[in-house]
Amino acid sequence: MSMIEFHDVDKYYGKFHALKDINLTIERGEIVSIIGPSGSGKSTLLRTINGLERISSGKLIVDNFDLADSKTNMNKIRKNVGMVFQHFNLYANKTVLENITLGPIKVLKKSKAEAGKDAYQLLGLVGLTDQAAKLPSMLSGGQKQRIAIARSLAMKPKAILFDEPTSALDPEVIGDVLEVMRKVAKQGMTMIVVTHEMGFAREVGNRVIFMADGQIREDSYQPQEFFANPQDSRAKEFLGKIIHNS
Amino acid sequence: MISILTTYWPDFVEGLKYTLSASVLALIGSLIIGLIFALFVINPLKPLRVIGRIYIEIFRNIPLLVVAMFFYIVMPQFIPHLDGFTAGTIGLIIYTSAFIAETIRAGIESVDLGQMEAARSNGMSYIQAMRYIVLPQALKIVIPPLGNQFVNLVKNSSVLAFLAGFDLMYQGNLIASTTFKTTDTYLAVGLLYLILTMPLSYLMRYLEKHWSTGAAE
Repeated sequence: MSMIEFHDVDKYYGKFHALKDINLTIERGEIVSIIGPSGSGKSTLLRTINGLERISSGKLIVDNFDLADSKTNMNKIRKNVGMVFQHFNLYANKTVLENITLGPIKVLKKSKAEAGKDAYQLLGLVGLTDQAAKLPSMLSGGQKQRIAIARSLAMKPKAILFDEPTSALDPEVIGDVLEVMRKVAKQGMTMIVVTHEMGFAREVGNRVIFMADGQIREDSYQPQEFFANPQDSRAKEFLGKIIHNS
Repeated sequence: MISILTTYWPDFVEGLKYTLSASVLALIGSLIIGLIFALFVINPLKPLRVIGRIYIEIFRNIPLLVVAMFFYIVMPQFIPHLDGFTAGTIGLIIYTSAFIAETIRAGIESVDLGQMEAARSNGMSYIQAMRYIVLPQALKIVIPPLGNQFVNLVKNSSVLAFLAGFDLMYQGNLIASTTFKTTDTYLAVGLLYLILTMPLSYLMRYLEKHWSTGAAE
């Protein structure tokens, strides 16, 4: 069974048609980059996958759960599908360690000791073991995002959604966060990444989806080839602008 | 004023006891009920939002005296032996809880939406996300305005005097009408209210300072 399946999915905000007839299947272990101009529906698409946004019509299956069915328990999906946000959203009232252990303790019913042990392992992975006792407000943006990734990993999810994880960061710390994402990718995690980091999309991702105006305009399993030679006219225009600016 | 205070000291103490009891009971009651209705008005379920809104708007916009009188005059027809103290305290709880609900609602809404989204994405239920993440942050924000509500509550408890609630104001009225020393009596009553409310104000200011340096955003 595929990890995620969109069948003829539409999403409206009032009259605004945010997602248009989305058909997309993502298999386990895929590292998918979603790129496109702002307002193209990338984040909306991502947020439908863990039910932060509801779809208006069509069918969306995540980890064998039907998200359009009102009887589906969203918490069960979210337990298995993590999310990393642009603005980190670390729990402001909890220490770094508690940020990582809260989900495992309250949702997975792990003991405090076990959750703590796992958390220290993850802090090691993201290189922030010495920050465990601090509050999020004392960390830099790059550190916050690495903790947010650790928090997500602590749930041992089947997939992680990244919503522009480096867009709010200073240029000099983006590399640290991408480095952690590379490590996660190497572990075989299914990752769906809305990003403006074309380097990551080209080198780490094994699939690129280009969106514009709420539609998937191009879907390529050869990122190198896509960036060298996009087929869709909007993709050509978009990549042209980006290369001009950098 | 000193002679009034010393002569009628036992009566003043009696009044202080009732005022303090009504205030403490109303404080606890209105905090609980206020929190419940705050959670109603921000609830994703529309019927709860509507119920919460109606409750808050009604009791916030009716004078406290009318609410208290309602419980004192009307309710005993259904619940016999409802004395003035109980009726007044219920009135105080209901009136104050509407303001507290509105204060806590504002606090919850001032917590960044991302906190709730992160907690839900972490697998927590709505209730868990509220309990562990959103409410602790909201309550911290809400401490200063809640402090004002509590000081108002102590002062508002003087409404009991109209319902034979035996509170400080009630005792003051009795003493004033027996001795005809109205100026001295009400000065003494005012002083005693100050003694109750001033430490509360300072305590709230202390908490505010302590909490905001302790675990601030």
